[in-house]
Amino acid sequence: MRGKSKGGDAFWAGLALPGVLWLCLFFLLPFYVILCVALGTVDPIFQTPQPEWNPLAWNTRAFEFVFEGLFTSGAAFQTVFVRTFFYVLIATALSLLIAYPVAYFVARYGGRWKGLLLAGLIAPFFISYLMRMLAWINLLQDDGWVNDVLVWIGILDAPRNWLDGRASSVILGLVYGYVPFMILPLYAFLDRIDRSLLEAARDLGASPFQAFRLVTLPLSIPAILAGIVIIALPMFGDYYTPNLLSGSPQTSMLGNEIYLYIKGGQQIPVGAALVVVLMLFLMVLMGYYVVSTARAQRRLGR
Amino acid sequence: MSRLRDWWANPWGKPRFLILFTALYLVWSIVPILIAIRFSFNEGRSRSTAQGWSTRWYTGDPDLSVLHDPTLSTALLQSMRLAAIAVLVTVPLGLALAIGLTRWRGRGAGTARGISLATLVTPEIVMGTALFLVVVHLLTFIPLGTIAQSIGHITFSLVFVVIIVRGRLLAIGPEYEEAARDLGASPLQALRLALLPMLIPAIVASAIIVFAISMDDFVISQFLSSGTSTDTVPVRIYSTGRSAPTPAVNALATLTLGFTLVVALVGYVLWRAVRAARGGTGSAVQEFATLDAEPIR
Repeated sequence: MRGKSKGGDAFWAGLALPGVLWLCLFFLLPFYVILCVALGTVDPIFQTPQPEWNPLAWNTRAFEFVFEGLFTSGAAFQTVFVRTFFYVLIATALSLLIAYPVAYFVARYGGRWKGLLLAGLIAPFFISYLMRMLAWINLLQDDGWVNDVLVWIGILDAPRNWLDGRASSVILGLVYGYVPFMILPLYAFLDRIDRSLLEAARDLGASPFQAFRLVTLPLSIPAILAGIVIIALPMFGDYYTPNLLSGSPQTSMLGNEIYLYIKGGQQIPVGAALVVVLMLFLMVLMGYYVVSTARAQRRLGR
Repeated sequence: MSRLRDWWANPWGKPRFLILFTALYLVWSIVPILIAIRFSFNEGRSRSTAQGWSTRWYTGDPDLSVLHDPTLSTALLQSMRLAAIAVLVTVPLGLALAIGLTRWRGRGAGTARGISLATLVTPEIVMGTALFLVVVHLLTFIPLGTIAQSIGHITFSLVFVVIIVRGRLLAIGPEYEEAARDLGASPLQALRLALLPMLIPAIVASAIIVFAISMDDFVISQFLSSGTSTDTVPVRIYSTGRSAPTPAVNALATLTLGFTLVVALVGYVLWRAVRAARGGTGSAVQEFATLDAEPIR
């Protein structure tokens, strides 16, 4: 296209080089180290992991241990994995039920209130996730305001202990924590839908609901899928929400297992193998995300 | 009252269910935070009931207030330190990466862009484990603590700068640099004189985003912490959130929130000013809100 792009190309590549090197050193290389730790051995005396850098000498003991736990019915890993899957499934579904109407309303009917509404939607991005969990720890205490209100209304006879091994509290925490991350992408997408499409549908005799069902909803499916991926991925690795809002093994998720093995010290290779298994499982979701993003960018002309 | 009834019964107005739903969502989203802030001003030790008003847990209490409990005040300082380092390193690094990857048409550009997008979708626990193991077993000259934590923060925030700057670059198009090159500028001059001034709003916006996600980060900071002295505010909230005997942890969270909001607001005003100076049009808050949503475009 341009005659002088030859010299320019080296310049642009050079500009990208520091960032590319950074990502290789602190993003790609660490993945190789995870593999080497997961496929390495443990020092017999000090119990410290001995990474095996040579792929030919890799030892699959940690993976065998993990897979045995995953595929034996009733084993700890399987229970935790199934539980994690259902928590994420329920929390993601609830998040979508909340996020879509809110994003749709602000995008379509925000009007002169749009600025204020958007400020409300962005606010959680500037409030630490942990502070938002702290707020619920305060509210859900035995003598907290949630119990006060529920007892006062008459739904509960006596205050309930919400913070001890209740799946409902953990799922509430997940939804509360992650739903803002779903609303904004949905909003950005719904806001760009061409209104003349809806007008055309109405002109052709569709009711408002039909116009929504036949035009808006099908158009927003890529945004819905992207929103699901955006919040489901971090939920699969979450360990702090179940720990803060329940703290019981009854509600522990995959992230809690990984955390225990990696930071608890004893069997770090097992923790590393769990991380690899989690990554492989999520690869499907991530691959979808990266491919669809790339496709959308190509559609935009680049 | 009858106006309210008319409003509810009017079939041509806005969808009332959605108005109510959105209002309830906003209340649900904001009120718990306001309550947590309110408890930080408690006079008593409870974090779940209102007990008068005081600044005891900020400055008053000689042992347990944020000011006098070193584990709390160092956490705030550590959070600020990491956020400052992250902004100062990530913004230039990401800016160069974004410009390079957008303009460089070689085969490597697509791969590198894919890698940077992969950091966005990698769960933090995976990145935390990876960085923890690499620092402990391979790059052992990097100590756990501030340095390792900074590296982690830079690594996960890089992609946000890339996305924001790249979005702006694609909107600008290559014409301005080409014109500069045609008029005899070297690539570096074209970059400095034609491109960078137009990228200033994107640079300011990405600085705000990097600052906010660094302040918010918990997993990487915890995995790479060397102990209490390098715990950040979220790590401190995590370790004392359930067991803390006093509202001092609420006070710490409130101070951090205030600091984050003030910095973000100053950044936002600055961003709006440079955006207007560069001829940006339309609703500023709307454009800002969709910055975070840029990845799905």
